[in-house]
Amino acid sequence: MNSSTFTKIYPKNEPLGDEAKKAVIDTIIEQHMDTPGATMVVLNELQSAIGFISENMQEYVANRLHIPYSRVHGVVSFYSFFTTTPRGKHTVKFCMGTACYVGGTPALIEKTKQLLGVEPGETTKDGNITFEVCRCVGACSQAPVVVIDEDVIGRVRPNKLPQILKPVQDNVE
Amino acid sequence: MKYYRSHVLVCVDPSCLKKGAHDVMDALQDELVAQGLIDEVQVLETSRIGGCDDGPELMVYPEGVHYSSLTPDDMAYLVEEHFLKGRVAQKFVTEEKSFIDEELSAPTSKEIRVVLRNCGKIDPENIEDYLAEDGYQALGKVLTELSPEQVIDEVLRSGLRGRGGAGFPTGKKWQFARSSKGSPKYVICNADEGDPGAFMNRRVIEGDPHAVIEGMIIAAYAIGASQGYVYCRAEYPIAVKTLRIAIEQARNLGLLGKNILGSDFSFDLEVRMGAGAFVCGEETALMASIEGQRGEPRPRPPFPAVKGLFGKPSNINNVETYANIPQIIFRGADWYASMGTEKSKGTKTFALAGDVRHTGLIEIPFGLTLREIVYDVGGGIKDDKKFKAIQTGGPMGGCLPEAYLDLPVDYEALTQAGSMMGSGGLVIMDEETCMVDIARFFMDFTQDESCGKCTPCRVGTRRLLEILERICNGKGEIQDLDTLEQLCSEIKQDSLCGLGQGAPTPVISTLKHFRDEYIEHIVNKRCPAKVCKALIRYEIIDGVCTGCTVCARNCPVNAISGERRTTHVIDPEVCIRCGICMQVCNFNAIEIN
Repeated sequence: MNSSTFTKIYPKNEPLGDEAKKAVIDTIIEQHMDTPGATMVVLNELQSAIGFISENMQEYVANRLHIPYSRVHGVVSFYSFFTTTPRGKHTVKFCMGTACYVGGTPALIEKTKQLLGVEPGETTKDGNITFEVCRCVGACSQAPVVVIDEDVIGRVRPNKLPQILKPVQDNVE
Repeated sequence: MKYYRSHVLVCVDPSCLKKGAHDVMDALQDELVAQGLIDEVQVLETSRIGGCDDGPELMVYPEGVHYSSLTPDDMAYLVEEHFLKGRVAQKFVTEEKSFIDEELSAPTSKEIRVVLRNCGKIDPENIEDYLAEDGYQALGKVLTELSPEQVIDEVLRSGLRGRGGAGFPTGKKWQFARSSKGSPKYVICNADEGDPGAFMNRRVIEGDPHAVIEGMIIAAYAIGASQGYVYCRAEYPIAVKTLRIAIEQARNLGLLGKNILGSDFSFDLEVRMGAGAFVCGEETALMASIEGQRGEPRPRPPFPAVKGLFGKPSNINNVETYANIPQIIFRGADWYASMGTEKSKGTKTFALAGDVRHTGLIEIPFGLTLREIVYDVGGGIKDDKKFKAIQTGGPMGGCLPEAYLDLPVDYEALTQAGSMMGSGGLVIMDEETCMVDIARFFMDFTQDESCGKCTPCRVGTRRLLEILERICNGKGEIQDLDTLEQLCSEIKQDSLCGLGQGAPTPVISTLKHFRDEYIEHIVNKRCPAKVCKALIRYEIIDGVCTGCTVCARNCPVNAISGERRTTHVIDPEVCIRCGICMQVCNFNAIEIN
């Protein structure tokens, strides 16, 4: 079956309505479309390049990889790293591994809820910070741990949180 | 090969780089050139040495002198003193205290480092460092001297068993994959280290990636595979990056790719990233994920050795298993089998975490007792509190009480005690840990990570969690304990994969060893460890409180009131029992009742 058959079956859609982003998506797809098991590779790269994988994007990927949309959506909804909505510019992630849990992450989460005004899994109203609770990040010897963007900060105490969060709170852009 | 009289290792981890490690390195090289020493002294980059707080820092070998707090301007003096006059430049020598690697400290007398031997010692991003530590010697021996059958025989004789947790003999697994018909065959490395509390595999990949790669190439030769995959979890971005660099370097030296080392054996390797699903550590789910599907396990048989990745015969082992292989081939099966117990040979890495004095990675021969691990290697319980339990094997493992401390650590002994080896997380808990809460915590984890394919796991873990939550909230009934036991045995028997089969273990083990605590929660509505929020209240002790207001300022829900310099009061209706006040109080004026 050639690709033109598929374009007939699936409505032609613009993944984002934005030419620059479409170019990014196309490059990623073209680079990996012949790799065995391409779906995961493409989705992983899209998530890190664009920050989320909307339904339009999923449909577009399915179309280009010649696989059913349901397969792509199934994969996106299965893995917790894939998100379908835009996230904040910064991510504040609290590790909920055993060592961090025993080391006091629950108290840190309560304090952060107060400081950011949102629940875990949500993004602040200004779209700046996404507040998350995540699985063990493997930095157990420094428990409890918070990951801000890509920096791992260890041995966090609740009264240190305002100081730790300030740089990302101030850094709106 | 050139010979140098000295090697200088400059730490280029992010914090040292920020402080100008590269400028120091450039100045050092310029000075060595100026003094005509550049052919005698080699300057290399390395990962953290352990004194980054006082960076930039460097190590000079063979003397092993550690210099820190350096600036480019200091280099002229340093080169003159150390390399020309041959004296240690005392003013830059750091005191012993800064040699702290939080994850991996110097081995204690009970440890033997095989898998971790190079971690923290070599530059993981430079293949030359690995080559200097006898790297790829084993591969050379395999390709020139040994037939695939002989390789498998050597691994069998070493007694090496799968380090991912189940402990299946590695040589046997390879035999199955070798005798299986079909082509191409695949070699897969499971680097989806999802157990909370475990980070051994991350550290091995980040610190010594070539050991894993070499192990995989040898495995590929033994079973006749042409393509390999390392499946690494997305939570480990640095490990993925290190591995990709290492693969590229190995390829450039002809250690990967077509006709490896001039032989007719070809093999290549690729890194695939997970996307945050714990169940992908299960081998059939992992392969589904590489294939680009939802990471759901499937029934076995057929085993991966017969029908694995893309339906082809595949061999799948864990990071630590592969990292052992080069050493076994290079130093011989007899050497490896001389360590450990009768049925569990060799060494095992563990990640010590929780309420123990020295947290971090350790590597011990099998057969050491839990007591030796906690007290001799781990330095005992933090703040001299009382030991309560040790949790082995991750969320599918169990909690063992003090009575089991003299248990020798090997696969069989841990399973018989009602826990398991698992991948090697050891979480030590002191008297302030509530075992019912721990069981609830693990069930919360497994029910969330259950992929939902089979009913016993999907529904059963949910029901277990509900009952445990009820007990923690003081609403449990005594017959709940029987229901828990029955549910546990059904989930264990009927689930499809290791996740479901292991999910009840934390509940079974805590019910067995800490039944009294469950009964206290149910009958007396009391949490003896003072953890379960519904059963405790925080109170400020009159007379001890100085009215410093620090608790009130830190309370996330403003439940604390009181004038400055008078005793404060916590409103139990508003209080959410987060415990922050107790952590921040400088006068120990807050107690739990």
